[in-house]
Amino acid sequence: MSRALPDDDVRISPLRQRLGRLTGYWLALPGGLWLAIFFVIPMVYLLSLSLMTGDFINGFSQTFHVSTYWHTISLYHDQFVRSIIYAIIVTLLTIVLAYPMAYWIAMRGGRHKSTYLLIILLPFFVSFVIRTLQWQFILADNGFVLGTLKHLHLVGSDFHLLATPVAVICGLTYNYLPFMVLPLYVSIERLDPRLMEAANDLYASKLQALLRIVLPLTVPGIFAGVLMTFVPVASDFVNAQLLGGAKTTMIGNVIYTLYLTNNDYPAASALSFTLMGALLIGIFAYARALGTKDVMEAAAL
Amino acid sequence: MTPAELDPLAQADLRGMTQRRFSRRDIIHAAGLMAGAGLLAGCSVAGARASVIPEGYWADKKPTKFVDWAQWPLYIDVGKVHGRNTHPSVDAFTKATGIKVKYEEVIQDMDSFVGSIQPVLASHQATGYDLMVLTNGIYLTQMRELNYLVPLDHSRMPNFFKYADPTVKNPTYDPGNKFTVPWQSGITGIAYNPKYVKRPITSFDDLFDPAFKGKVGMFADNQDLPNLAIVGIGVDPAKSTESDWRRAAKRLTQQRNSGLVRAYYQQDYIAPLSKGDLWVTMAWSGDIFQANASTPGLDLKFVVPEQGGVVWTDNLCIPRYASNPVAAMELINFYYQPDIAAMVAEYVNYFTPVPEAKRYILADAKAATDKDDRESLLQIADSPLVFPTKAMESKLYRYATLKPEEVPVWNQIFEPVYES
Repeated sequence: MSRALPDDDVRISPLRQRLGRLTGYWLALPGGLWLAIFFVIPMVYLLSLSLMTGDFINGFSQTFHVSTYWHTISLYHDQFVRSIIYAIIVTLLTIVLAYPMAYWIAMRGGRHKSTYLLIILLPFFVSFVIRTLQWQFILADNGFVLGTLKHLHLVGSDFHLLATPVAVICGLTYNYLPFMVLPLYVSIERLDPRLMEAANDLYASKLQALLRIVLPLTVPGIFAGVLMTFVPVASDFVNAQLLGGAKTTMIGNVIYTLYLTNNDYPAASALSFTLMGALLIGIFAYARALGTKDVMEAAAL
Repeated sequence: MTPAELDPLAQADLRGMTQRRFSRRDIIHAAGLMAGAGLLAGCSVAGARASVIPEGYWADKKPTKFVDWAQWPLYIDVGKVHGRNTHPSVDAFTKATGIKVKYEEVIQDMDSFVGSIQPVLASHQATGYDLMVLTNGIYLTQMRELNYLVPLDHSRMPNFFKYADPTVKNPTYDPGNKFTVPWQSGITGIAYNPKYVKRPITSFDDLFDPAFKGKVGMFADNQDLPNLAIVGIGVDPAKSTESDWRRAAKRLTQQRNSGLVRAYYQQDYIAPLSKGDLWVTMAWSGDIFQANASTPGLDLKFVVPEQGGVVWTDNLCIPRYASNPVAAMELINFYYQPDIAAMVAEYVNYFTPVPEAKRYILADAKAATDKDDRESLLQIADSPLVFPTKAMESKLYRYATLKPEEVPVWNQIFEPVYES
């Protein structure tokens, strides 16, 4: 009796075959688990928590109490809107500041590129809080900057920066600038220099080459930079705490207080969830406005 | 032909052609949704309250030779031995009892400290501290409600009953001193920098003077700020009602909206007050004294407003699951000796709970060889901010005592003021 099965050399057991087809899934498993454990489960938990009622001492139980959302938003909508506005201003400022820096390093940096990048990153070697605290000294009402200006009568004697929105926005811009520089640098660095030569050959002025060649090709870099600044800036609380004043509280500060001071977990979760929703909508609208969802993929590269 | 007449295989085929089939993906989606909904509905957060500590808690507790003490910074006497900072009163305790003390200045503010120990206690673990210093108010009440504090063994603290000032015994926040005894008390009032403010500050209303626009500091907390404001509108916080809270909050909101308040501060108001970023601010009595003492040339003033000030008390208490409660009791008893209380009072300049300490401070002043030292000690012995006079006491109010269900209402009224 002859056997219908193929040669032993090429035969693959059905189990192996099945496993082979699943290789992709196996490889995605660690990442998937990571997302599930550290993102999906906390998110579902946060959503669940935001719908509970109760108190810290006796516990919270699920009552699907949706009005927590309206209530907290009505109490804190000022801080909410303020955070989004600050985040937009800071993002625009970082783009304006970071683009020339990144461009210069990528195009003119020569063999010292990595040195320049290191210089940009250098402040990160100092603690975030300490870096921000230094601005309290720099911007103090009678500190060496304002003190000098006041001495020269360039500004009025009761002019101050600390405890104003300007100080908070400056602090945020300072702290998040490198997050914009790096993705921009990467995308400008990748530009093919021959494109610029071609533009030059075709009689494009330098400005035209910048606006019509460089800028459009680096949109993914800008997008990545926006993702990395806008989102964390909108939920930052350190800068408002250290540099802010009476009317500069951001939503991050409110959430912090609700969680840790008031132990009001449902209200804090409701605010966090609303913030996340607003940021996601904003980011997707922005990606759509840039014309393509490829921006996401390109940004991830 | 009815389906019944078909053979079973054909029946299955027909079902497959006519009825909707569920793909594997549908089933996964459905399972996911159900799991999600189940999670949403199924979760709850258990209350943090622990069981009541039984009566016989102290019966089986043995003396130990170690105690771990959680304390606020700059809240005890400091000396120098061989160029190293020491706390002479702590050393005296170790010498007298043989109990080693791990003195840790880990409490920066109530929020973060209580926030760090509560989860530990909620999971029935020891915090590592045997003794800690907590301010009366929402958190202390909460810790008591949660059964996280060990009832003190009154038989082991005779010095408290002998020497403590009658006003610190049996406080409203802890009837019968069941769980706490005071460490020091202090006043929340107003401080100003006379370099910039050219007139004496006397009243709570001075915090609302348009001349100080943008130079007024207020506290960012749900205790001192609300209570001082309630006193400011002429109401005793202990007797205040929700409508008083709303009136006080309204006043504070107007103050903020008219641009008077520069910022709401936590512990960090001294530096801006010294630098001139702030001219007038809410302040704690001892802070101002210590700032003046540690910075030559600095002359900040502290006043109890004519409407009254708020007095608070930091309390010694023992956290649940502490490993050395007997040693902690010994330490509590030790610090109520007048000579030891005097050592602390000379340094920290807050209200001491031991009036007898004055005698020792005067004796120290007499013995002092340095003229400045002598004057400063005499000043402390005379200070109504260390040994309150009757006149001072009549101007001082305690925090409103809130029932747990009132806390959220209170927070929602006052928090939008400073979290703005």
